Amino acid sequence: MPQFTDLLFYALAGLTLLFGFLTVLNPLSRSPVTSAMFLVLTIISMAGLFVLLHAFFLAAVQVLVYAGAVMVVFLFVIMLLDLKADERRHFNKIAVGVGGLSALAIAGTLVASIVKTVPVSQTAGRLAEGETKALGRLLFESHILPFEILSVLLLVAMVGAILITKKDLR
Amino acid sequence: MTPGLHHYLIVSALLFSLGLLGVVARRNLFVIFMGLELMLNAANLALVAFSRYHNNLNGQVMVFFIITVAAAEVAVGLALLVALYRKRQTAHVEDLTSLKL
Repeated sequence: MPQFTDLLFYALAGLTLLFGFLTVLNPLSRSPVTSAMFLVLTIISMAGLFVLLHAFFLAAVQVLVYAGAVMVVFLFVIMLLDLKADERRHFNKIAVGVGGLSALAIAGTLVASIVKTVPVSQTAGRLAEGETKALGRLLFESHILPFEILSVLLLVAMVGAILITKKDLR
Repeated sequence: MTPGLHHYLIVSALLFSLGLLGVVARRNLFVIFMGLELMLNAANLALVAFSRYHNNLNGQVMVFFIITVAAAEVAVGLALLVALYRKRQTAHVEDLTSLKL
């Protein structure tokens, strides 16, 4: 009798891969807005996988930062630029063929090496309660320097984005 | 069958190859960028799975940093796309061939 969380894993993994495929090669629509919407769905089902892996804080961050902030910026820019001309173009057959070949090659390589090397009977470690607390402790005690550098990086990215999009750059 | 580490890793590998498919097959710069995001997310999933099955939270810290860097990268990348669109009125890689001989 399979457990409920096992079924949940298969459902979420299938949804993630389905939505991921519809993000990159949707047969019904070539609009980047559709792709962005399916990318939001991919990210949300991946947050479900994070919950199954007991990474509750990262699941929340994934939904807030990726599905919330990053994808809103994506949609904002796509709609701002009004890319009507691109939607009428068809898929480039050679590009799709080469892309499919390279994707199959890398998927085959990775899956074969995973099946060969990872022992099948891996069981999840028993983590203590309050993993978010432990994560915060780790983040602010042993990884405090990269954390602070990250804040500088975000500032640089913000200033850079504003400068690059300025109308007349001097 | 109870999902183990290799199940999560296979999902991550397939998601990575889907992202690669998007980068190689599509000609729209925005969709190429989304394929890039998909590949980053696949790496995140693998890291979280390793972190869970090795009982070590450092993997989750790494994923936290990756998500933040990806947000910064998206901001700068989209700014570049906006600047490019201002100059060339296109977001299609086949129209951007001025470096081609």
